[in-house]
Amino acid sequence: MIPNNQKIINELVVKSTTDNLATIRKFIRENTSSSCVDEDAISKIILAVDEACTNIIKHAYKYSPEGEITIKLQSDNKKIIIKIIDEGKNFNPELIPEPDLKRLQKEHKGGGLGMFLMKKLMDKVEYSNISHNRNQVLLVKYLI
Amino acid sequence: MADFNVTTRGVGPVRVIDLKGYLDAHTAPELEQEFNKLIDHNDYKVVVNFDELKYISSAGLGVFMAYVETMRENKGDIKFSNMQDDVFNIFDLLGFPVLYEFFKDEKEAIEKFNQKEKS
Repeated sequence: MIPNNQKIINELVVKSTTDNLATIRKFIRENTSSSCVDEDAISKIILAVDEACTNIIKHAYKYSPEGEITIKLQSDNKKIIIKIIDEGKNFNPELIPEPDLKRLQKEHKGGGLGMFLMKKLMDKVEYSNISHNRNQVLLVKYLI
Repeated sequence: MADFNVTTRGVGPVRVIDLKGYLDAHTAPELEQEFNKLIDHNDYKVVVNFDELKYISSAGLGVFMAYVETMRENKGDIKFSNMQDDVFNIFDLLGFPVLYEFFKDEKEAIEKFNQKEKS
C-alpha cells in the first residue's frame, strides 16, 4: 500500500524502434504491479502506452530508429500518470477522426485505430508541445 | 525480444492461422506476410486461431482490416476462434463483432465455411 502523498517516479529511455515495444510493456508492467492496481487496469495502461509509442515511432519519427522516446511513470494510490516524450515531428492526433471500420476495410486500410483505443482505455489522453522540439503525450488512469 | 509466432495449416479447403505470443507493431508484418502467402496461393477461407495469443495492439487488428475485403471479394472470409477474454475485449472496444464472426472453437468456424460451400 502506498501512502497518499508518496509519489513514485520511474523513467525509461529507448530508441524509436518497434522492437523496443516489448521493453516498454515490460517497464510499465514492472512499475505498475507494485501499486495497488488490478490486472485489468494494468493491461489497459500497457496497451495505451504501446499505442502511444507506436504512433510516435510511425508518425513523429517516421520509422527512423535514431529518435528517442522517454517514458515517465508516476503513481500514487489514486492514479497512474504516464508522460511520453519525443523529439520528432509534431502531430496533432486530436484531428484524427473516430475510425469508421467499414470504410477502412473497404479501402484495405488497417491504420487509425490506436488513438481511438487510447481514449477508450485511459481516463485522460492529452497531447502537447512542451518545448520547441519536444512533444508530450500525457496518459492518466484513475484507480478509484 | 518480441515473442510471436505465426503458422498456417490446412483443414480441407480452409486455412487455419495459429497465432502465439504478442502481436504488436513489431510483429504485425509477420502476419501480413502470412496473409500475402495465402493470397498468392488463392487461399481465401481463413480461420485465425487465437488460443495462444497473449496480447494484441491495434497494429495487429489493422492487419485483419487490411486483408478481410480481399478474402470476401474472393468468396472467402477471415473468421476468428478460441480468443481469450482480454484479447476479445480489445476487438469489442473497436466494434469488430459487428463486422467479423467470432467462434469459441476452431471447428465451428471451419464448419461455417463448409456449410456455406454446401448451400
